[in-house]
Amino acid sequence: MGQIHLKNVSKDFGNVTVIPPLDLDIENGEFVVFVGPSGCGKSTLLRLIAGLEDVSGGQVLIDSNDVTSLPPAKRRLAMVFQSYALYPHMSVRKNIAFPLKMAKIPPDEQNQRVEDAARILNLTDYLERRPGQLSGGQRQRVAIGRAIVREPGAFLFDEPLSNLDAALRVGMRLEIAELHQRLNTTMIYVTHDQVEAMTMADKIVVLQNGMIEQVGTPLELYRTPSNRFVAGFIGSPRMNFIIGEEATRHNAECIGIRPEHIEVVKSDGAWQGIVGVSEHLGSDTFFQVNVLGFADTLTVRAGGEVDLKYGDTINLTPNLNNLHRFDRQGQRIS
Amino acid sequence: MARLVSIPRKSFNTTLAGFLGFLMFFPVLWIVILSFKTEGDAIKAPLEILFATGWTVESYGAVQARSDYFKHFTNSVFIAFGSTFLGLLIAVPAAWAMAFVPTKRTKHILMWMLSTKMLPPVGVLVPIYLIFRDTGLLDSRFGLALILMMVNLPIIIWMLYTYFREIPGEILEAARMDGANLNAEIIFVLAPMALPGMASTVLLNIILAWNEAFWTLNLTAAKAAPLTAFIASYSSPEGLFYAKLSAASVMAIAPILALGWLSQKQLVRGLTFGAVK
Amino acid sequence: MISPSVLLLLGWMLVPLCMTLYFSTLRYNLIVPSDNPFVGWENYYWFVTDPSFKAAMFNTLLLVGGVLCITVVGGILFALLLDQPMWGQGLIRIMVISPFFVMPTVSGLVWKNMFMNPVNGIFGHVAQALNLAPVEFFSQIPLLSIILIVSWQWLPFATLILLTALQSLDRDQLEAAEMDGAKSLSRFIYIMIPHLARAITVVILIQTIFLLSIFAEILVTTNGGPGVATTNLTYLIYVSSLLQFDVGMGSAGGVIAIILANIVAIFLMRLIGKNLDA
Repeated sequence: MGQIHLKNVSKDFGNVTVIPPLDLDIENGEFVVFVGPSGCGKSTLLRLIAGLEDVSGGQVLIDSNDVTSLPPAKRRLAMVFQSYALYPHMSVRKNIAFPLKMAKIPPDEQNQRVEDAARILNLTDYLERRPGQLSGGQRQRVAIGRAIVREPGAFLFDEPLSNLDAALRVGMRLEIAELHQRLNTTMIYVTHDQVEAMTMADKIVVLQNGMIEQVGTPLELYRTPSNRFVAGFIGSPRMNFIIGEEATRHNAECIGIRPEHIEVVKSDGAWQGIVGVSEHLGSDTFFQVNVLGFADTLTVRAGGEVDLKYGDTINLTPNLNNLHRFDRQGQRIS
Repeated sequence: MARLVSIPRKSFNTTLAGFLGFLMFFPVLWIVILSFKTEGDAIKAPLEILFATGWTVESYGAVQARSDYFKHFTNSVFIAFGSTFLGLLIAVPAAWAMAFVPTKRTKHILMWMLSTKMLPPVGVLVPIYLIFRDTGLLDSRFGLALILMMVNLPIIIWMLYTYFREIPGEILEAARMDGANLNAEIIFVLAPMALPGMASTVLLNIILAWNEAFWTLNLTAAKAAPLTAFIASYSSPEGLFYAKLSAASVMAIAPILALGWLSQKQLVRGLTFGAVK
Repeated sequence: MISPSVLLLLGWMLVPLCMTLYFSTLRYNLIVPSDNPFVGWENYYWFVTDPSFKAAMFNTLLLVGGVLCITVVGGILFALLLDQPMWGQGLIRIMVISPFFVMPTVSGLVWKNMFMNPVNGIFGHVAQALNLAPVEFFSQIPLLSIILIVSWQWLPFATLILLTALQSLDRDQLEAAEMDGAKSLSRFIYIMIPHLARAITVVILIQTIFLLSIFAEILVTTNGGPGVATTNLTYLIYVSSLLQFDVGMGSAGGVIAIILANIVAIFLMRLIGKNLDA
């Protein structure tokens, strides 16, 4: 239950191609995150799987059945929307029960399943309220409740946390991850936030301009990004890219090094630079360093209590094992 | 953040606004007072009127006896509700289709519909009058309901359209994901969400139809005359009977005043075609 | 699903419009039986050269312009005031907007008799109490009297719309301006007025459409008189067509009224059309 395969799936709006033909395999029970900048086609891809948009070409298979021409309701998928899309005129109980009512489940069982879902999501005390009387986090949970009562083959999440404030987002992130562990159902999750992708996913699909740039586990993407786009998109703070003479020395058009892979040394570093602004996070400190001969400033991570001031001169040594090399097309050189 | 304002400042605002508001409302209040006075008291000086003790409801009875208020009242009700009902019948499907299945032409159609509202009634008075005369619709309640339906149709369609369009698309998609077919989508999701908007549309249309005073005056005589025409018949010389004129006026405006107060928010949207919200 | 409404509106617009255009070229009087010969522009010629046409145009202009001035300025002031913090705002608001719901015939008659009647009206009583000669509203200042009555009816409309627009103004903007050192007058001129500009335009255009068609207030108060002092274009057309039964003349006047309204309508439609895209 919950295998999803896309074969040659493409989508055009008029004569604009949003998604050129692509293949993607999602295994049963996987937590897959579609990530990419806005407009990269990740939501469209999700909606193609949901059946809310018709594919322009190719096939969507769920558990080896071709569902390409089936309406959304027949695909046994549940979706949580960015705006939650709760029915404002129904109580929480009725909202959660709605898919069951549509499936003509007997009222007793409806009630039982709604109560169960409410218990899992801590909504028991709010069942008789209207969505308008709930906080953002509670609404989000109702939307999830409406999804889980159906016991679907897979859950689809369309940027579900983007309307919540930062603290709540972290909490909900954990709740969704917890839910995935508990239900062990396939989940496809769309976000533009790479932190969400890294923390939640079993498998990340990085998209740009409708094309899949790379598919892999969070650590694979972190360790071996297949191109400059993925390298720059995954990881925080961003990877430093260096072009010019320094790159040529490593036989590449461009080299990339993450802030955490540059060491601050007393003397004899490979690079010498002047400290700019620094951000102290307590556990870590991030410095902007202007290195002589580099076009852009480098971001460098150091320990939490390093004593460096604006204008100090420092030496840096990159960890060569973690140096990424890219060719003229931005592809990884292995 | 609402700011805290000093008590004197707030008192000043309240007094000034209250006074001006009272001035605006005064004519309405005044006819209510006059309508409960005797004819003799009603033409005295204002202060004397206020302190005259002879309160009476005889004017209301007199108005009904003289010009059959209830007949005109039922005419008004028939015309206002009839035109609204007819309007909804035609406008709901149209607004629905334009809001949920928009095409490239939707905007042009909407604008064109609006443009029909710009047609000054007097520009087509003659042909409408002649058509009505020749088809026997002159001085008939049905004919009047028909005309007012046409007059207000663009407003109804526009209002409904703006309300329907506010129903977020994601809700409909959620319903589809939840397994609702088109019927269930309409019955359980769309209709309940559209209901408040439809109610305000109905309300505004009833107000507009109730107070319409060009077609109702020109296309009716004795039989179908609604309250606008009924009041116009007090123009002279009966207008000099202040208590009776007041009673008649109060009876003509009271129902709609109540509705109007209820619908003030929707009024803005309806009358500006959504240009101001 | 759209077609019934489109067909109806199309019929409602085209049929009478074509008939008006057609009648306007005929010599056609309901009480002078003839075979209604085609006379081309003759009706227009007579309608336009009639001295009452010039007066009616002038009156229409004054009526629309006067009411617009009073309601827009008054509406802005009222809206600003009602936007201030106060007690009983809801009640005050209801009192202010009430006149809009009073049917035109009632407001015409009530003002004419209870207020502007020189003997028994309130204004007359007040003048007497002050030992002044009461103003004969409908003979001395007939058009102004009508302007006042109509303004009373439409001031609530302007107030309500401007108030709604004002309340949608982002308070942060005002506070930012205050931090930038703008005094309340500057805030009004540089922040509020630009924000209200759109709403003011909407008020002006929509009111113009309705004010061009003012009819009932004139019918129940002055009957267009004295002379033609309060005859506007709408009333003049009513007189020629339904009182003098001159279908040709009335139609010619109708065509002129349509052209006039369309000039305003074009601007209004542009404004609303822009809003539709947003």
